[in-house]
This record gives sequence, C-alpha cells and structure tokens, in this order.
Amino acid sequence: MTVHNDELYQQVILEHNKRPKNFLKLDSWTHSAEGYNPLCGDHLNVYLRVSPQGVIEEVSFEGDGCAISKASGSMMTVALKGKTVDQARALFNEFHRLLTKELDPEKDQNILGKLNVFSGIWKYPSRVKCAVLAWRTMKGALDQEKTVATE
Amino acid sequence: MALNIECVRKDFPNLSARGRDDKPLIYFDNAATTFKPCQVISQTHNHYCHRTANIHRGVHYLSEVATAEYESARDKVRRFINAKSLSEIIFTKGATESLNLLAQSYGRHFLKPGDEILLSMMEHHANIVPWQMIRDITGCVIKVIPINDKGEIILEEYRRLLSDRTKIVSVVHVSNSLGSVNPVAGMIRDAHAFGAVFVLDSAQGISHEPIDVQSLDVDFCVFSGHKLFGPTGVGVLYGKEDLLELMPPYQGGGDMILSVTFDKTIYNRLPHKFEAGTPNVAGVIGFGTAIDYVNSLGWSDITEYKKELVRYGTGLLQKVEGIRLIGTAANKAPIFSFVLDGIHAHDVGTLIDREGVAIRTGHHCTQPVMKFFGLAATSRASLTFYNTKEELDIFVAALRKVIGVFQ
Repeated sequence: MTVHNDELYQQVILEHNKRPKNFLKLDSWTHSAEGYNPLCGDHLNVYLRVSPQGVIEEVSFEGDGCAISKASGSMMTVALKGKTVDQARALFNEFHRLLTKELDPEKDQNILGKLNVFSGIWKYPSRVKCAVLAWRTMKGALDQEKTVATE
Repeated sequence: MALNIECVRKDFPNLSARGRDDKPLIYFDNAATTFKPCQVISQTHNHYCHRTANIHRGVHYLSEVATAEYESARDKVRRFINAKSLSEIIFTKGATESLNLLAQSYGRHFLKPGDEILLSMMEHHANIVPWQMIRDITGCVIKVIPINDKGEIILEEYRRLLSDRTKIVSVVHVSNSLGSVNPVAGMIRDAHAFGAVFVLDSAQGISHEPIDVQSLDVDFCVFSGHKLFGPTGVGVLYGKEDLLELMPPYQGGGDMILSVTFDKTIYNRLPHKFEAGTPNVAGVIGFGTAIDYVNSLGWSDITEYKKELVRYGTGLLQKVEGIRLIGTAANKAPIFSFVLDGIHAHDVGTLIDREGVAIRTGHHCTQPVMKFFGLAATSRASLTFYNTKEELDIFVAALRKVIGVFQ
C-alpha cells in the first residue's frame, strides 16, 4: 500500500496500536471515566492519579477499539504523564482543534509534538470520533463525569 | 436465460462513480442502500420536471396524472408481493416507519399486560425499539428467539416460546448483518397455530427473496424502497385488510380523513387512513419503476446469480488467513460479515476504502446479535445482482493488503 503524506495509518500509530503504552487499569486512581463510541460500540476506561498539587502522576487506559482509538489513547497517556491538570486540559483543547482542522500543524505553532500525526484524520471525517474517544474520556474523568459518549 | 451482468451494470450510472483517491469504485454496501437504475432516476426526474402536482385532491390535469401514477405504483407493489387488494398496501417513509406504525397502532391498541411479543436474536434495531416503546406503555413482554452459531434461528426453541400468550411474532426475513434467510413460511404457520399475528420484516429480504404474502399467509410485511433500487424515503406496510380495518390511525392530518369538524372526524378508508399528509409522490412513483426493473430481470435469474456470488465469495473469503466469517447459515444472501484477527473492523473499513472498495463496518444496527457473537463490530460486504466475481477477486486482494498493513 502506498504511503501518502496525509497518511493516517503511519508507523507510529501502527506501533502504538500493536504495543499500546499504559494499557492497564491503575492500582489506585483519583479520577476515572468510561467512554463509549455509539457509532461502533467501542469503549474504553481511562484512569488518572492526580496529586494534591494537581499533577498527573499516573495515567492509563484499557478497553476495546480500533487502531486509531488505541494509538490515540496510548499516545495520550505518554503525553499527559507528569503534566498538570491545567496543562492536560490545554492539550485536550489543542488536540481537539487539530482533529477538527481548526489547527494546522504546518502553519500554526502548537504544543502537540508527536500528536500532530493525527492530522491524517482530516481525510477521514468519520474516524474523528475514534481519535477523540480516549481524550474525551480523560476530560470526562477530570470533570467527574462517569460515562462519556462521543456524540 | 442467465442475467447479462454487463448489460445490467450499464443501467446503474453510480457504478461508474470513483471511490476515494479516484480509485474505480467497488460498491459492496448494498445492504445499506442500493444504487438506482437510470429508469428510476429518469422517472423521478421526469416527475419533478413535467408532472409535479399534489395528489388525490386536485381536479387539474397534472394532479390527476400524478394521482394515477402514484396509485399505479401501489398496484405494482401489490402485484410484486401478491397482495389481495390495494387497500392492503400502505406507503410510509421506510421499513422503520412501517414498524413504528404497526407498534403504535396495532400494538398499542391490542396488547395487554402479560401478552408476549417474540423477536429473534438477529433483529435490527428498527424491529426491536418500536416494540420496546410499546412494551413500556402496555406492560407486554418481549421474548427473544435464540439462534445458533451459524446464525440460524433455532426452530425448536421458537416453538417452545410460542404459547397462548404470544400475540405478535416479528422476525426478519433476511438478516442484514448475517445474511441468513430465515425459514419464515413454517414460522408463520407455527405462530398462527397459537393465534399470534406474524410481522415479516423484509427490509433486507425484499431485494433477495420473492415474497407472496398470500401463500405465506403473513399478517404484516414491511420494507423500504431504497433497498430495492428505488428512491430513499419510501417504504411499505402490507397488512391483511381485516387487521388494518381494526387498527386506529397512526398519524392524523390531511388525506386520511373523509370529513373534519371540531367535534368529530371521520377517517378515510384504507389505505388512505394510514397515509396522512402529502406523501413522497416522486419517490413512490420512482419505486414503482424500480419494481418494474426488478421484474424485467426476473427473480429466477437474480436468485440463481446471487447463489453463485454466495458460493464464490464464501470460497474466496474462507482462504483469507485469520478471517472468521460471521453468519454461515445454510440458506443465505450474498452478505458477508467477517472479522479479522487483531484488526478492528473500522480499520478494515478505512483501509479498504482507500482501495476503492466500499463496505460497511460496525454493528449494522444489530447490537444484540453482535453481542451474541461476542463482537462489537464486523466488516460487512453486501452484494447484489450488479456485482461480479471479478469485484470479489479485487475485494479479497484488497483485504489481504489491509492485513499486510498490520503485519
């Protein structure tokens, strides 16, 4: 299969799908939520351990999903570990803007780093929900929502 | 005489559309909706260009023409399923609305607490949710007819569930997610032995199996036009006349009345009693043309060709490494549901789309049967008579490429 520049299934995504990071349930956590994608029946749980100072000490996820949602969850945990809750919210907002094409990594400065690979989703609008599921669930956990559905 | 597929394909302009990245399109999502032959397209076009008028009320020429064409489509439907009378053919906006009409009118009127509705495990949501809504109002009970691992209804279990409490059995003719063709003729007889009415959900079946409502002795039958090469937004509810007479109207409005005062309304006779408001005139007329089209090909050739597609497709898919076919009923339509080891259906759908192959991925609006097979989603290739063995070859080669991406 030819690899395009706007390729969604890039090596980094395939790799995170195959060997997702932090793909487990934490022993102890302060925040968690369950996320559903009604479109495909995918679901996952996100767990966060946040210190009293508001630092995300541990973050993990588990569940069933496609390569995009799994890789997105995996890369999210890597990006969030050690960040403050406020930084996590800022990252969520920026990631969301990337998925909805409000942010173009070619032009706009951003804090997304490796997460910019998800601009590949632009070509496949029906898959945005897969990429956003873990993030939306993480935000739900921070906002004390128990279950989250990508609308 | 066998179908001339090359000729048939020329009737469907959408078959020459391009897929993603300008790839030649292979359309294997016919269970979701079918393409329309140019005969249907030009009939609908013609209505809007030259024959636009509202029906049943006008005395002017165009209204009379439109009314005649609309009612002639009703007769085409009647003959297509061999209904006894035109009063038994009610136009709706689709199979889903037909089922809601039935549940809200027949169900609400006749069901009592403790009465039972039997549905099969492989029903799509349109044949589950309307009955649940009526269950919550009437206090009736829904029971589920089990299926086996091949995706076939277990008839012994079905017979065991039937009792004097059974008032409605509503079962899909052809499963949209498994392809199973259910042995409905015997099931209808069994239901009648207990005095239950039988609802045949032909949403999928209408393009795969000929239906004779009189010889089946089925009480109700629902289907949509767009899955039979007609326009979207048109559906049919067939009902036996004596049952439809007993049912209260579903929606109120124009056309379904004989007279209205603020004190009292007298309802129109069948089938108009159930057709409130201006219907989808162009859609119904186009649907009539779609039926003409299917008739012109002939059921026996269509059935024979589809059997060949089932055989050929199953053979090819079985050889794909790591595949599990979901729905392997002895009698099935060319609908291939499958999962690949370690690859999520949505990834299959997106990656194969890049090769120009359009398939459906997800739960296909049949979550209970997905759960039965322990799956959240499958990939589904659904074919019809304009698809070819060559397309199946390309599809399976593309599937192997998808598998390659994950290795």
